Amino acid sequence: MNALLHQILSGLATGGIYASVALALVMIHQATHLVNFAQGEMAMFSTYIAWALIEGGMPYWDAFALTILISFLGGIVIERVVIRPMANAPVLASVIVFIGLLVILNSVAGWIFTYTVKSFPSPFPAEPLWNNSYISTHELGAIGVTLVVLALLFIFFRFTLLGLAMRAAAENPVSSRLVGIRVGWMLALGWGLAAAIGAVAGMMVAPIVFLDPNMMSGILLYGFAAALLGGIDNPAGAVLGGFIVGVLENVVGAYLIGTELKLTVALVVIVGVLTLKPSGLFGRVLVSRV
Amino acid sequence: MRERSYTLAAALAAALTLTAPALAQKQYGPGVTDTEIKIGNTMPYSGPASAYGTIGRAEAAYFRMINDQGGINGRKINFISLDDGYSPPKTVEQVRKLVEQENVLLVFQPLGTPSNTAIHKYMNAKKVPQLFVATGATKWGDPQHFPWTMGWQPSYQAEARIYAKYLLQTKPDAKIAVLYQNDDYGKDYLKGLKDGLGDKAAKMIVAEASYEVTDPTVDSQIVSLQGSGADVFFNVATPKFAAQAIRKAYDIGWHPLQLLNNVSISVGSVLTPAGLEKSIGIITADYRKDPADPQCDNDPAMKEWRAFMAKYYPEGDVKDNSNLYGYTVAMTLAQVLKQCGDNLTRENVMKEAAHLDMSPGTLQPGVKITTSPTDFFPIKQMRLQKFDGKAWVPFGEAIGS
Repeated sequence: MNALLHQILSGLATGGIYASVALALVMIHQATHLVNFAQGEMAMFSTYIAWALIEGGMPYWDAFALTILISFLGGIVIERVVIRPMANAPVLASVIVFIGLLVILNSVAGWIFTYTVKSFPSPFPAEPLWNNSYISTHELGAIGVTLVVLALLFIFFRFTLLGLAMRAAAENPVSSRLVGIRVGWMLALGWGLAAAIGAVAGMMVAPIVFLDPNMMSGILLYGFAAALLGGIDNPAGAVLGGFIVGVLENVVGAYLIGTELKLTVALVVIVGVLTLKPSGLFGRVLVSRV
Repeated sequence: MRERSYTLAAALAAALTLTAPALAQKQYGPGVTDTEIKIGNTMPYSGPASAYGTIGRAEAAYFRMINDQGGINGRKINFISLDDGYSPPKTVEQVRKLVEQENVLLVFQPLGTPSNTAIHKYMNAKKVPQLFVATGATKWGDPQHFPWTMGWQPSYQAEARIYAKYLLQTKPDAKIAVLYQNDDYGKDYLKGLKDGLGDKAAKMIVAEASYEVTDPTVDSQIVSLQGSGADVFFNVATPKFAAQAIRKAYDIGWHPLQLLNNVSISVGSVLTPAGLEKSIGIITADYRKDPADPQCDNDPAMKEWRAFMAKYYPEGDVKDNSNLYGYTVAMTLAQVLKQCGDNLTRENVMKEAAHLDMSPGTLQPGVKITTSPTDFFPIKQMRLQKFDGKAWVPFGEAIGS
């Protein structure tokens, strides 16, 4: 029983990682209706920027804020330079561009920062809360940060004009343009926000899995599973999906199918959701008239 | 080219029919002249394993030093080291280029188990020495089926058998939990441990958990292993996962005797990220001296190594044991070529490589490099060492597998 509880809590901790990546994926999808395969590498690169700033002597929270800002601007630049020319290209072309971005960011990070594993500092105390041995303070803190980001996103999209404009631009670009929304900039803003959320996710993930250029490669797949499970257009669903995938993976891996097939759990979730309920558990069912 | 190989074949035939006096004449394989020996190599200078690229640079530096000292038996080494990005198809391409276009005498130290597996059959079909490969898989020491391939460092299985020997001596009723990477490398260690424990293996190993390189963390596996009630933890993981495992075990209050595989021996990229105080007491085995160990400061062989690094590879990290590895393995090749004298055919290179008996000062005391026509495992002993919070401290004698 104790072991089961342990597996579940450890699953929640890794689930928090998946949730934060899923959130960034949903963000891009909100703005562009595409899934960004380079999301993980963008987050990894942002984390390296934070690492360099901290190594340079900057206090953690200053580096944290500055990294988010740099990532936000970086996301906008990527949209303007790389994604914009593909605006009218077929989906497949965009996917190839995303994969190209993935490979480029990965190699550039390796080239600049080397492939040696680095430790990344946590802003939370090293001692576990109440001396428990189940979950570290950082893991709890990371879950908390993910939930805060989720709340901020919810408020932004629901209660601000800019958020409304972004949703409109993604939903119906033509009508949005007619009412005076600058659709192009809304897309760029969406990329900026996704990059910023990715930066937060990266900085929360790195103390747990350690920082190296391949840090996000495995996580991204679980992030996809989480986002799809929760519904790719629903931020709260994606976060919940992250926790479900994390716990499911641990419990199923430890007690049912063995650790060799843990990744398969994520793949089964992806395929299962896509075939049985493509909109995910909490996503809206899209009906388009043809 | 073709003409030259005919002459070569003729020369060989002549050598076979004649006896002793003919052997004293110069005999050259491809890539050898009176002034030069061409050696080929592949290394991951780019890609996921590029941290190991420094090995190739250290080897190139060693051959520069040899050339500055006049070469080997008057011949300079022309070391052609190509990047394979740790991608087996790329290794095949580069090695074929080395063998078929550059006409190298031999391919030295290609790095990586998958890369070497990809060229294993090719090298043996072409009868080109694949010498001192930079991987610890056990399959490189098979002279009966692959007479043109030889490893260098102790195999993973040999290392695991050394831990088994240590456990049987000091903790015969240990309950062992194993974490291993789910591939040839991880399974080699597991097999070595089981072989070493013999018929007690089934009783002593109480839990096994594997992980995939795509797993974000190994936390769940560590929780399962702790649940088995084991008092010995054998950590067969690459640096990132080894560090995660050490930290997680500590954090959940599991304090078994920890055995860490030599793959993840680096203090800088494993124990420091895991936490130095969380790593105290971990035991591992090594055949090299630790260049970061202050005890080695007055060691003559290590002083020589430091002088070499300062002069020929100043941008390399003196504390990185990969550089010491490259230096020592290059020294081994130099010894083989020296023994070959003026008979520098591919056949004779393999023959001399199988007649080695040397003890480089950069290896732990008691560790030797010995080979024979039936023994293609040059290094077979290792010495145990324990982490004291700052550095690895060797203890006991060198143990053979």
